[in-house]
Amino acid sequence: MRRLIALIAVLSMVLAACGNGDTPDEAETDTTGAAEEPAATTAAATDEGGEDAGDGGDTVTVGMLTTLSGNAAYLGEDTQKGFELALQMAGADNIELVVEDDAQDPEASQQLAERMIQRDGAEIMTGIVFSDVAGAVVPEILGEGLIYLSSNAGPSTLAGESCHENYFVVSWQNDNPAEAVGQYVKEQGFENVVAAAPNYQAGQDSVNGFRRAFGELQNEFYTELGATDYAQTIAQIRDEAPDAVYFFYPGGMGISFVQQYIESGLNENIPIFGPTFSFDETLVDAIGEAAVGLKNGSFWTPDLDNPANAEFVEAYTEEFGATPTNYSAQGYDTGRLLLSALEAVDYDTGDTDALREAIRAADFESVRGDFSFGTNQHPIQDWYILEVVPGEEEGDYTNTIVEKVLDDHVDAYAEECQLGS
Amino acid sequence: MELFLEQTLNGLQAGFTLLMISAGLTLIFGMMGVLNLAHGSLFMVGAFVAADVGARTGRFELALLAGVLGAALAGVLMEVLVIRFLYRRDHLDQVLATFALVLIANQGVQMVWGIRPRTVSRPGWLEGSLTVLPGLQYPIYRLAIIGAGIVALLVLWLLIEKTRVGMWIRAGNTNRELLGALGVNVTVLYTVVFAMGAGLAGFAGVVAAPYLTVESGMGDNFLILSFVVIVIGGIGSIKGAVVASLIVGLAETYAHTYLPGLIGELTDPSSAAAIGSSLASASIFLVMVVVLLVRPQGLYGATTTT
Repeated sequence: MRRLIALIAVLSMVLAACGNGDTPDEAETDTTGAAEEPAATTAAATDEGGEDAGDGGDTVTVGMLTTLSGNAAYLGEDTQKGFELALQMAGADNIELVVEDDAQDPEASQQLAERMIQRDGAEIMTGIVFSDVAGAVVPEILGEGLIYLSSNAGPSTLAGESCHENYFVVSWQNDNPAEAVGQYVKEQGFENVVAAAPNYQAGQDSVNGFRRAFGELQNEFYTELGATDYAQTIAQIRDEAPDAVYFFYPGGMGISFVQQYIESGLNENIPIFGPTFSFDETLVDAIGEAAVGLKNGSFWTPDLDNPANAEFVEAYTEEFGATPTNYSAQGYDTGRLLLSALEAVDYDTGDTDALREAIRAADFESVRGDFSFGTNQHPIQDWYILEVVPGEEEGDYTNTIVEKVLDDHVDAYAEECQLGS
Repeated sequence: MELFLEQTLNGLQAGFTLLMISAGLTLIFGMMGVLNLAHGSLFMVGAFVAADVGARTGRFELALLAGVLGAALAGVLMEVLVIRFLYRRDHLDQVLATFALVLIANQGVQMVWGIRPRTVSRPGWLEGSLTVLPGLQYPIYRLAIIGAGIVALLVLWLLIEKTRVGMWIRAGNTNRELLGALGVNVTVLYTVVFAMGAGLAGFAGVVAAPYLTVESGMGDNFLILSFVVIVIGGIGSIKGAVVASLIVGLAETYAHTYLPGLIGELTDPSSAAAIGSSLASASIFLVMVVVLLVRPQGLYGATTTT
């Protein structure tokens, strides 16, 4: 009996410790309805790539290491769908895509990346969703002399002094979405604001980003990563009686928080604001009517008015029967950027300098309109405030642009990066 | 004061939700001696089945019924196909086998219901908030969960104390071999008890689903807390599970509310919030350690060793 009790006690603590590794990181969630497997594309079999590693010329092997299992699986799936759609639409049959599931495990991912490079002959890597995985794996990829294109995670730790000539972030730097929201909340005249976020690096980064744009906060609350019941935090917010609330709860955490906040009745007097990661088309569909009118910050939305985006949204919806999410858009842009660069060097990956220059030129039509790389090779782009509105069909919800809050925004770490100076 | 009262209600609600999971778990532990890590998966299965039926029919009552039955059925399958072969095995074997069930269940619900999170709508008559005291509004649905927890507890108590099956369960808790020798079909009894525990976990999953997010792995956190409850309350003791669930629910809530403020006295607010939150999460384990030191068999655990 004693042994049993000891075993249970130890188990509970071990499991609690492991639990932390298992939750959505900085990013978020997304999309719509039915998810079919991506239609046959260039993604495929792993074995033969090794032969033409590095020599360039005909076939280029791209390694996509992304999150395809667990409760954040759709983030990676949408990234992959977007990327494959870009290749498919370009008819790029000389790119071989090797896809692996990182399972949100930084250590196992290091080995996977190693294998993709050594055995499968990956010449360029992309796809990582979570910042903690990126933090472990990206330096290793760069150490192998490969180029890495980030389709999601943009941790501050790799954006400043540690920037690298072979490291490009196509999505955003992690602080940016929070800065956009902070700017808007300040412009709207709110003074006393509290923040709530999960207690981990990306949660703290997000609150820091908000504070950078907004100013001092009245108070801030951190919850356990992956928590699903926010009643305690909401009671504390009620007690603080602020003018507004900033929150960062990606993925399923976002559904829980928003639903419970609305249930509490607080939203009638104290509005909430957050980055797009709690408001993508999948999440607002899940939250339903109650989400209408909620404002959030993003770099993109399906109705962003430019030809590249219209073409993307139409093709994606037709191919997958679902509205694209920001992850889809990020994957698509990453694919298009890569294609533009590979065409410029005639698919010769042997000359890394030339390829790098071609990527840095960013000579492609982004679905967000204006796009260029800053000195630290993170995007310079516009940020918008979106509002949740009812969609075309009953029970369907989407986002529309309220206003542009940041124009050609450069992240706060670019000046610490010594590249190109 | 309002804050304290609201947090007390939150703690009670968390405690009763936890109780519905840990009552079945402790019953199964006490009677069969099986460490079932997959008990949290039954909570998840209940929620997923309810989300499916709720989306199809739009009726919460049907979703609730389907969720409970679905979880009970999953429990029966689990017992007949896997758990049954573990009764005589070492606890570590049980941990390995049932941990495999957790992984299979987490992946399985994604294969059946897809990878995107889902929700369950609460019934219309439980929408909105109630003014409990002047200045304190509290969601009606959460009050209903406290009520549902009390009802579930009463039903369980009646079942165990007042029925013949309950008598067998109590007997089985004390001496399995003798129960079999007296002509009770222990194999069937075990399956029935397992199904009851599973149904109760499924019930908890359905009633929690409207305010949680229905997603793969949603039962894992509750499983961890249930272990703590069982260690604090004593293995096999329903009474212990009740007391320990409420202790854990309240302790965690109070710790999250007041620790960051206390630590804020010592350091700057921003890091205090982060440190306080981490400490609060650890606080229930601290309670568990203290209980283990003072009363190793748990608050209501049997003092005899087996």
